[in-house]
Parts: sequence; structure tokens; C-alpha cells
Amino acid sequence: MQLLEIRDLAVSVEGNQILSGLNLTVGKGEVHVLMGPNGAGKSTLVNTVMGHPQYHVDGGSILFDGQDITNAPANERAKAGLFLSFQNPEEVPGISLENFMRTSRYAVTGKPVKLFAYKKELAQKMEELHMDEEYASRYLNVGFSGGEKKKSEILQMLMLNPKLAILDETDSGLDVDAVKIVSKGVEKFRNGENSLLIITHNTKILDFLPVDAVHILMGGRIQQTGDRTLIDRINESGFQGLEAV
Amino acid sequence: MNALHKRKTQVEDIDRTVYDIRDRVNASYQVGQGLTAKIVNEISAAKNDPEWMRLFRLKSLQIYNRLRLPGWGPPLDELNMDEIVTYIRPNTQLKAKWNEVPDDIKNTFERLGIPEAERKSLAGVGAQYDSEVVYHNVREEVRRQGVIYTDMESAVRDPEYGPMVKKHFMKLVPPEDHKFVALHGAVWSGGSFVYVPPGVNVEIPLQSYFRLNAPGAGQFEHTLIIVGEGANLHFIEGCSAPKYNVANLHAGCVELYVGKNARLRYSTIENWSKNMFNLNTKRAVVEEGGTIEWVSGSFGSHISNLYPMSILKGEGSRMEFTGITFAGRGQSLDTGAKVVHAAPHTYSSINTKSISKDGGWCTYRSSVSVLPQAYGCKSSVSCESLMLDDRSRSDTIPVMDIRNDDVDVGHEAKIGRISDDAIFYLMSRGISEEDAKAMIVTGFAEPIAKELPVEYAVEMNNLIKLEMEGSIG
Repeated sequence: MQLLEIRDLAVSVEGNQILSGLNLTVGKGEVHVLMGPNGAGKSTLVNTVMGHPQYHVDGGSILFDGQDITNAPANERAKAGLFLSFQNPEEVPGISLENFMRTSRYAVTGKPVKLFAYKKELAQKMEELHMDEEYASRYLNVGFSGGEKKKSEILQMLMLNPKLAILDETDSGLDVDAVKIVSKGVEKFRNGENSLLIITHNTKILDFLPVDAVHILMGGRIQQTGDRTLIDRINESGFQGLEAV
Repeated sequence: MNALHKRKTQVEDIDRTVYDIRDRVNASYQVGQGLTAKIVNEISAAKNDPEWMRLFRLKSLQIYNRLRLPGWGPPLDELNMDEIVTYIRPNTQLKAKWNEVPDDIKNTFERLGIPEAERKSLAGVGAQYDSEVVYHNVREEVRRQGVIYTDMESAVRDPEYGPMVKKHFMKLVPPEDHKFVALHGAVWSGGSFVYVPPGVNVEIPLQSYFRLNAPGAGQFEHTLIIVGEGANLHFIEGCSAPKYNVANLHAGCVELYVGKNARLRYSTIENWSKNMFNLNTKRAVVEEGGTIEWVSGSFGSHISNLYPMSILKGEGSRMEFTGITFAGRGQSLDTGAKVVHAAPHTYSSINTKSISKDGGWCTYRSSVSVLPQAYGCKSSVSCESLMLDDRSRSDTIPVMDIRNDDVDVGHEAKIGRISDDAIFYLMSRGISEEDAKAMIVTGFAEPIAKELPVEYAVEMNNLIKLEMEGSIG
């Protein structure tokens, strides 16, 4: 059973076409990696999948868990079980991380969040991510370092427990220890049912994960799909030469 | 086309529910429209003024006739003074028990939550309806501390503290200041007088609530507060009115005297209806080591000109101003603060936020003056504006006049828009577009909300949510 199915997708931003004829499928319980040179449109693709209004779908469709979400607002996609860990998470002053995540969980599940159990779970997950508990009461991402912002994204992923988590360069800008902590968090997230789509340049985050497929995005579409060995090839000789395939 | 765009709608005027319930006008007495010496004499006679007050009113009227409308700020040409009724006496006498206040008036204040707040969290309450104070009461233990909290008319006539009123009344804000304060001097009615004796700490706040019910009317309440040496008070002022299609005018006047080492916090939540011209004048003078703290929320009115002023007269005196202004469609709110550093080692801090949406126009206007003798002063000004769409407008007009070298002055201004990326970020976590916007706006206002009395902070967040419902593009 496919969880995410992108068919013949064409996307433009302010009139410039970025993607066209893009097909990509992620099955339940699978881990997929999306690679490609800078500017190939990887972030465009994942932002489109999440529903950023700035990205216009000119053609094709996006199916998620059997539903057509091509035109759904982002919050409906989140409710359906999609999650995007942002490359540059926004800072939102005036609302604490803790209150925000509670509101978010309520919005996603539609069920009241029991305060005590929630706080306990949050504290435990923050500890796993080596996040100081003080961050819970700080305004959402405001003044967080690059590393803390990425941890905050992974924390939100763990608290929302989506069906598909898309990680957009979550490992960029992190030191070696932080990459380890974040990848452990990602490992913990997996439960056999849920799936991951990971954009990465630094493939360390994949060290502890089984990889089911690797996709190369170039020229606005998926040029090649392969297994883990594709990563090694790219690490050795870059993206050049792949276009001809 | 993304579904997000399809859902955007233009929102009609918001439902202001409790604020908009009008009572049938049931006045016992009202003067004619416009302003003449005859009307001023009538008001004075109706109030049983002492002679000095009658003469003061007539002198103010002359000044009013002489002065011209201000040549700056939002346009006032829709305000026709010949159509404003300056004095409307509700059909009741002043009461000290809610159950003696007539039902229609009492119900209005019940809906606004005033008696309930009084029971729970206030040391005393004054409630004004149109031109007169209909209810005034202060807790016995506060009275026993020697605190005087009464309506202004009783204070003027009182044999004991009448002389104190006469000594201070419109001395800090003289009628010569500008046209609307001259008008106030001529037709003032209602308001509160507070005296806190030296050394007395009033632990819970006093609150006056001003409600203007009659269409085409003016409200001109006078608030005079004297806080003695080393004393401490928190005073809260609330204002609202139902919406009418004719212009209403509010030209109140607030005079605050903060004694040596005393502290006064003056909090205001103004939610006048959007046909109101709110031309209010507030001023404080602070003695050595004293502190004035202003907390100001401006949500309502068609046009507001409001710049509370602090004169830091004594060495080491301080002022802090925290304000928020929210202008929607048809509103031009010109707000800010003024401070004069007249003594050495004085400190001022002005921190404001404004939000404009749906064609609303916010202007931040401030003035910081440091006099030559006021060395070693520190002043910091920060104003931030948020515009929610392309039709709205935000202006910042800060003025600084620094007359000596030994000062530390800082100014920071930021104007921004609500970011699409921030909305998307919140929506990607399951939050609807409307709620995401409300969350960003509430978050923007949060540092100010923290300063408000808790029930007002809740009310402010509700007002923001109401304003954001249906939302904008």
C-alpha cells in the first residue's frame, strides 16, 4: 500500500516552472532519501507536498494515504498525517514551544490533550534529544541556535507522530554530536508503519537507518531511483554523469 | 489554484456583542446640542457647582471658542460640535449599592462584568453612565486606610477635600493646552477623585468604568489622582460604548500627581465603538524617586488622539509606558506617549506595539524631551508595528529634544507584515489559517498583554481573536 504518491507533478513559483513531470512514491513503513544538486527543487517539492501557498501546482496530483491532497490547505495535510521538518524553522514570538505543541497536537488529533501526561511525555522526549527543559517555556524557536531549532523540529515530529515525516536537510549545520542525537530521534520515530522522506547532503543521518530507496532530483524531475549504493556513488563522483542515465 | 486562496473572505464589521447592546435612552435631563454659555451655565447649575467652578467653566468656554482645531493628526472634520450633546444625566442618583442602581443600567454593567470584577479583584469601583457616575463604592478596609475614592462632583463640593481638588483641578492640564481640553474644562462631568495618603499601599486595584450609551453624545469625565509620599496605587480605567451612526465624542482628562517615592500604575483598556472621536488628555507629574507606569490598550473608536504625558519633575523619578493599539477598518488611531525629563537621573521607557488591518491606520507619535538641568538621564523608546494586509497603514513619528550631553537615549522602531512563511509553518502543524494568524498577532501582543490585569489580558486576546475571525488576505 502506497502512502505518498506523486503523479506527473508540475510546480511553479511566481511564474517560473521548477518541477515538471515529477513522479515519486513512498510506501508505508519505508525510508526514502531525496538527493540532488543545489537549486534542483528539493525544497520546492517538499513545500509543495506540505501545501505552501507560494508554490503553484500547474499539473499532476498528490495522493496521501488514499486521499487527493493536491489542493488541501496545509493544516488538513497535517491532520492527514504529514509532517515537514523545515530547513529554516520560523521564529514565532509570544507563544511558548510547550503551549504551541499542545495546541498543535489538539489540532492534529482533534482530541483534548491531557496536561499532566503531555508534560511528562514532552519532558521525556526533550531529554532524549538532549534539550534543556527551559526550551519548553521559551517562545517558539525565538533565539534558538541552528542546532536547537532542528532539535525542536524533531521534537515536534515525535510529539505529533505523523504517518510520513519529511526531513528537509535536518542534519545541515549540526555538529557531529547533534547529528547523532537527531538521528537517534529519527530512529526512535520509526515504528514499522510510518515512513520517512529525507533530504540530505551529509549522509551521516542515514547511518542508523535502513534505506529503501534513493531518488535523484535533477532538471525538475526524478532522474534516477536506486538503492543505497546510489548514495555512495554520489558521495564519490557527485551528480555529474547522472543526467545521461 | 490553491485552496488556501479560495477560502479568504472579506470580513464585515465584527460582532462586538456585549459592547454593542444599546439601552433605550432614558435620560432624566439633557442639555441641547452644541455649546453656548447658556448650556455651560445650565450644566453648572444642574451639578450644583461651587462658584469657582462655574467661573472656571465659563473661562474654559472662552478659551475653547478662541482656539483652533489641531493642524495635525487624523482629520476631525466629521466631528460637528454643534451636533454633540454635552450633558446627559441618566435617570438615577449616585448609588453605593448595585441593587439600588436602575435595572437597565445595572444590567449593562453586569454584561461588562464590572460588579463581578469588583467582588473578585478590586478594591473599589466607580461606574459612569453617560455624563454621571451612577455607582461608587470602595472596600471598607481601603476606606479605613484613609483612601478617598469618590466621584468628581462629590469631591469638588466636599468641605474636607474640596480645597485639595481646587488646588489641583486642571493645573496639570490647563484649558489653554488645546481646544478639546478647553471644551473639557467647560463641560466636564463625572469621573473619579482618588487620594492615597502618604505611606499607604493599596494592594488591589481601583477601577472606574465609563460607558457612553446615548447617541450623538459627548463624555467628558475628569479623573484626578493624588498619590502621597511613599504610597502605592494601581488604578484601572475601562471604556466602551455601543455603535451608532452619528459621531460621539470622548474628551476626558486625567491628572495624576505622584508623590515622592510613590508609585502609580494607570491601566486603560479602551474599546469605544467605531463612531467615537476619542480625544483624551492624560498627564502625570512625578516627584523625587516616584514612578508612574502607564499601561494602555486602544482598540476602539473611529479616531483617537491619545498621548499620555509624564513630567519627571523630581530627581530619580521614573516613567514606564507600555501600550498596544489595534486599528481595523474605518479606524485611525494616533497614539503614543510624551515625557519630559525635568530633573537629573530620571528614567523613561516607552514600549509600544501596534497592529493595523483591513484598511486601519495606526500612527505612533511620541516625544521625549530632556531639559538642560536633567543630566544623567536615561530614555529608551521601542515601537513595533504589524500590518496584516496591503490596505492597512502604519506610521511612526518619534520626536526627541535633548538639551544636554549627559544622557543615554535609545530608539528602536520596527515595522513588519505578518509573514506567509510563519503562517505556513503554523499551518503545517495542523493549525487553521485563521488560528495561525490570530496566534501570530496574539504572540506579537503578548509582551503587552503580560502587563495588563489578567481579566483584561484575556479580554484583549478575545478581541484579537474576534478581529481575526474570517480574517483577511
